[in-house]
Amino acid sequence: MPAVIEVRNLHKRYADKVAVEDVSLTVQEGEIFGILGPNGAGKTTSVECIAGLRTPDRGEIKVCGLNPLRDRAELTRRLGVQLQAGQLPDRLQVAEALELYASFYPEPADWRALMHGLGLADKARTAYAKLSGGQKQRLSIALALVGNPKVAILDELTTGLDPQARRETWELIENVRAGGVTIVLVTHFMEEAERLCDRLALIDGGRVVAVDTPAGLTERARIEQRIQFRPSRPLADHLLTGLPEVSGLTRRGELVIVSGNDNALNAVTAVLARNRIVAERLRVEQASLEEAFVQLTGGRLDSR
Amino acid sequence: MSVLNTAAPAAAPAASGSATWRLIKAESRLSIRDKVGPLWGVGCPLIVLIILGVVPALREPVEAAGGLTYFDLYVPVLILFNLAILAMTALPTTLAGYRENGVLRRMQTTPIGPARVLSAQLAANFAIALVATVLFLAVAGLGFGVDLPRHPVGFILSWLLASAALLAVGLLITALSPGRGAATAIGTVLFFPMMFFAGLWVPVAQMPEMLQTISHYTPLGAGMQAFQEAYLGHFPSAAPLLTLAAYAAGCTIIAIRWFRWE
Repeated sequence: MPAVIEVRNLHKRYADKVAVEDVSLTVQEGEIFGILGPNGAGKTTSVECIAGLRTPDRGEIKVCGLNPLRDRAELTRRLGVQLQAGQLPDRLQVAEALELYASFYPEPADWRALMHGLGLADKARTAYAKLSGGQKQRLSIALALVGNPKVAILDELTTGLDPQARRETWELIENVRAGGVTIVLVTHFMEEAERLCDRLALIDGGRVVAVDTPAGLTERARIEQRIQFRPSRPLADHLLTGLPEVSGLTRRGELVIVSGNDNALNAVTAVLARNRIVAERLRVEQASLEEAFVQLTGGRLDSR
Repeated sequence: MSVLNTAAPAAAPAASGSATWRLIKAESRLSIRDKVGPLWGVGCPLIVLIILGVVPALREPVEAAGGLTYFDLYVPVLILFNLAILAMTALPTTLAGYRENGVLRRMQTTPIGPARVLSAQLAANFAIALVATVLFLAVAGLGFGVDLPRHPVGFILSWLLASAALLAVGLLITALSPGRGAATAIGTVLFFPMMFFAGLWVPVAQMPEMLQTISHYTPLGAGMQAFQEAYLGHFPSAAPLLTLAAYAAGCTIIAIRWFRWE
């Protein structure tokens, strides 16, 4: 698949600090590409450079083969952007905003269909200032899509939304992608990245730490599985610790906690079956993306 | 949900008017909903005009005003009042608010760009001012028998230059103020001395000579001077017209040079 966005060695500093040290990444056509990292990692600055809103100090950026600064006029027709800090006039109504923004583009989407699709139809005559956070966010997404873009950049899509609204937004994004739009999603929510993204770039301290699928990142972090259960009959430790797949065993009260690699679960259940022991209250903990992130960056995600 | 597959026939936007025109209409609608312009810029001077119109004492000719009465002089003063509120209060408050809230930033991601929003706001306020001026002249003429300016071309030219000068001052306030609050404050603080020099409280002709001289070099004072000459049937003299033109050009150039988009 052809690359839609290519970023090479992007570097951007502000007066007092370096926001982006060195970022390179490639986004393929039709994928949902996540940019994940803690606050202040340089995510927003990177996408602002991609959108041509900031001038990079160094590095090369191509979006749909265009230079975001030199070919701005053409780029704005193909790229939809939803910014964190982009609002509308307080008294502008939902339908007015969509109709107005649709008129900015040579081949706009049908704004009424967009308004219905985003569940804003009953708010058509509501002023922007009177919308809830979730409704503003959905309108913002609608405005990013109203120009029928090839690529959409969505920055902190679901920040400030309640869980229900967040899930609905995710569904919406999957629909948008199904319609052939390449999506760049900036987020600091692991769950969001895991659920939506085909590939992810982990950014920390202005650098790309890793680019991979969510599963690939988890695998890369080599985090062990943890298997926890209560044996129905007394169990000798050596039966399990002798297994090559198992790296450790601890007990907490009557619970046994075994850690090991991906195949540990199979090996452990086989041994238990042979010894006619039933694993009660069995629980298996997979490494999450969050743990992978901590492992790969040595940092924490939400605490900053 | 079918958010996608929503490509509309390409002809639709062209048929229903250009983006610029829609933007001007949207900004005009927003200005009217915002109420600052309509209430303070149109309603307030209109009420003052009506109240002053029923005061008989104001029908006495003003000394050194070429036969115009106090009330005659208040008509152009209130026209300037309207221009000053729209250009120096409503316009900078709105535009600085747009900058503060990221409205301009969002426009930057569209093919239209934020400069067009600025132009649309200018056009919207200009249109409101035009309607207000016609309304004031009609009320003064039909309601209270004040004659129209005896040199209409001179009056129209003066009005155009005065609106250009004041909108440019408003743009400059927008450009230099850090936020919405500051823009409103600067506009309001400038409004009162400038209205003084237009003769809102004391007719310019009755001011001490030094104040009269200062008045002639302020935008509203120059505007008043030009209006007065047009009312008396002369084509306005070069000094006030050039003063207005200089404010218009100078403030616009500085505003463009220093404008902060974010």
